[in-house]
Amino acid sequence: MLVVLIIFPLIAAAISLAIPWYQARSWLLPLSSGLHLLLSVLLCLGRFPLESSWIGLDALSRLVLLVTSLLFFACGVYAVGYLNLRRDRGNKVMVPCLLVFLSAMTLAVVARHMGVMWLAVEATTISSAPLIYYNRSRLSIEATWKYLLICSVGIALAMLGILFIAYAALGGGAPVSLQFDTLLTVATTLSKPWLHAGFVFLLVGFGTKMGLAPLHSWKPDAYGEAPGLVGALLAGGLTSVAFLAILRGVQLMTAAGEGDMARQALLGMGLLSLLVASIFMIRQPDIKRMLAYSSVEHMGLLAIGVGIGGIATFGAMLHLINNALTKGGLFLAAGNIQRAFASKRLSEVRGALKALPISGPIFLAGFLAITGSPPFGPFMSEFTILRGVFSSGHMIIGLVMLIFLATVFIGMGTTVLAATQGEPEHKTPEFKDSFMLYIAPLILILLILLIGVYIPAPLQHALQQAADLLEVHP
Amino acid sequence: MMEFTNLLLLTVILINFFTLGSSRLVACIRIVALQGALLALLPLLTHGLSFHSILLSAGAFCFKGILIPWLLLRAVREVRIRREVEPIIGFVPTLILGALTTAGAFLFADFLPLVAEHHDGLYVPVALATMFAGFLLLITRRKAITQVLGYLMLENGIFIIGVLLSEALPLMVEGGVLLDLLVGVFVMGIVLNQINREFSSLDTERLSALKE
Repeated sequence: MLVVLIIFPLIAAAISLAIPWYQARSWLLPLSSGLHLLLSVLLCLGRFPLESSWIGLDALSRLVLLVTSLLFFACGVYAVGYLNLRRDRGNKVMVPCLLVFLSAMTLAVVARHMGVMWLAVEATTISSAPLIYYNRSRLSIEATWKYLLICSVGIALAMLGILFIAYAALGGGAPVSLQFDTLLTVATTLSKPWLHAGFVFLLVGFGTKMGLAPLHSWKPDAYGEAPGLVGALLAGGLTSVAFLAILRGVQLMTAAGEGDMARQALLGMGLLSLLVASIFMIRQPDIKRMLAYSSVEHMGLLAIGVGIGGIATFGAMLHLINNALTKGGLFLAAGNIQRAFASKRLSEVRGALKALPISGPIFLAGFLAITGSPPFGPFMSEFTILRGVFSSGHMIIGLVMLIFLATVFIGMGTTVLAATQGEPEHKTPEFKDSFMLYIAPLILILLILLIGVYIPAPLQHALQQAADLLEVHP
Repeated sequence: MMEFTNLLLLTVILINFFTLGSSRLVACIRIVALQGALLALLPLLTHGLSFHSILLSAGAFCFKGILIPWLLLRAVREVRIRREVEPIIGFVPTLILGALTTAGAFLFADFLPLVAEHHDGLYVPVALATMFAGFLLLITRRKAITQVLGYLMLENGIFIIGVLLSEALPLMVEGGVLLDLLVGVFVMGIVLNQINREFSSLDTERLSALKE
């Protein structure tokens, strides 16, 4: 059944290449992603037996699969309206690339073999590059080139890391296999130096893809130049998938009794990401680049949560959902604002609340949510992570985090408030809010509000199971 | 057999030096293709004639030795550039750096906790040296196409390590990795063309509008 989940987006991509009708091609996106979401939910409820050595679902991949699938469905709905406005650009490349991207992301999430996971993540890089180049300007080609080259080299290093882990098995005298469950069972016999080296390369490689500082240099460019819906998918979906790949490394290290080293590395990179994000967030004149740095910040928070362990890991799992959905909503709303003002520079965007009576407030609410204001979901998860940091006795780290979070709030707030408040310069924006373009971000933000107010018991349970996978059980 | 393998691996190192010192793009692409083709023999030499190694060799030969270079040569022809002029670091300093990293790779490989049967072979030092050379090419050249070559050399270095561990990687996965590489280079080739159309040059120096 899982195979179907991976194959049918590819079939839909082939269909989209074959049919000549523009509208129908656009509609393939919400149809396939809706079907994908439905199947994912059924699979996660355990309606179908699934076990093979190549692909499978555990608590972690269930979580990431549901989140990416939901986000993709929202973006698929948005895409219909978006592509309708962009008939000049066409959708002959966009639609198949998005569908292949969906398939590759799914495969990366459900892979139970390190090699399969690697090639799925590499496939996401290749299929998303044309999406970033959609606007065909000098700036977007620069962003695409940086993204393609930096991520390809990064992911090549991840391959090296995976090979080192295989070598660790060879050095430990275990049967050489990269099947993840096999690796977990023989984890204690792995040769330590090779395992360490393997984890470091894995972290560097997938950390590039995830956008942890100092490997984030492509992120502001790619997110800034890509269309809003692509930014949403990259910032919400792809980062979560890359994070999952890193978590596989953490699982392996924990099983081998080397969890402390993995956690310290994550903690260090997480703090550095917070630092870098808060520096560049101050006086950031470009709305989408600001969101990209916000993404770096939240990747840092995820890394810190897992790095601290205990309750903070649970917080990180919750934050993964919150970050994906909020970032999705923000990027989609930012795309609407950019279209209305024909710019994403702060010097030209003024009074978004008045010009766009729905997208403007969504953007403002998304900003409040992502900076951790109650009653939204991220407040809960950031609070949980911080509580974990303080209760585990890392007072200094906790204080530093609070300072960074406050800096981000002020820096981001300055930009967002300047863009949303005041009077728009042009009385009649060239683009008005339309239902198809605000329904998706609206629903995402409402979901975040819901999670902030009330976490349903099954979700709580699923999060706990995912967090347990990463914890040491002596 | 061992002598032949070592000879092949030493040739691979010589090719690294050639690419680091040459400014002619077409020659560089051809020689990297040769490197890929030579490395494609490695699975056969290492694991003998088995179904797995024959298929892997054939696949690697087609992709690394023929298809990818063909894609790159086509890109060079379309954008009509011949030479890498003014690299960020000159050719001679790059060669010296390459020599240093190669020596470093050999010294470093001696310290690694390798399995006994890998201690005498040249696999690991050559893999490291090739990866370093690829990295050097990536960071010291201005032309986008040479950066792609650097990425390919980096992949070649990783391929050598992959051959040592080919029982860990099922054929499906190895095929997928090669296919990813091919499609990746294909997409890079398209982007190269677009860069050329947009800037009428392939200098990545021009790609510097996006800054803080």
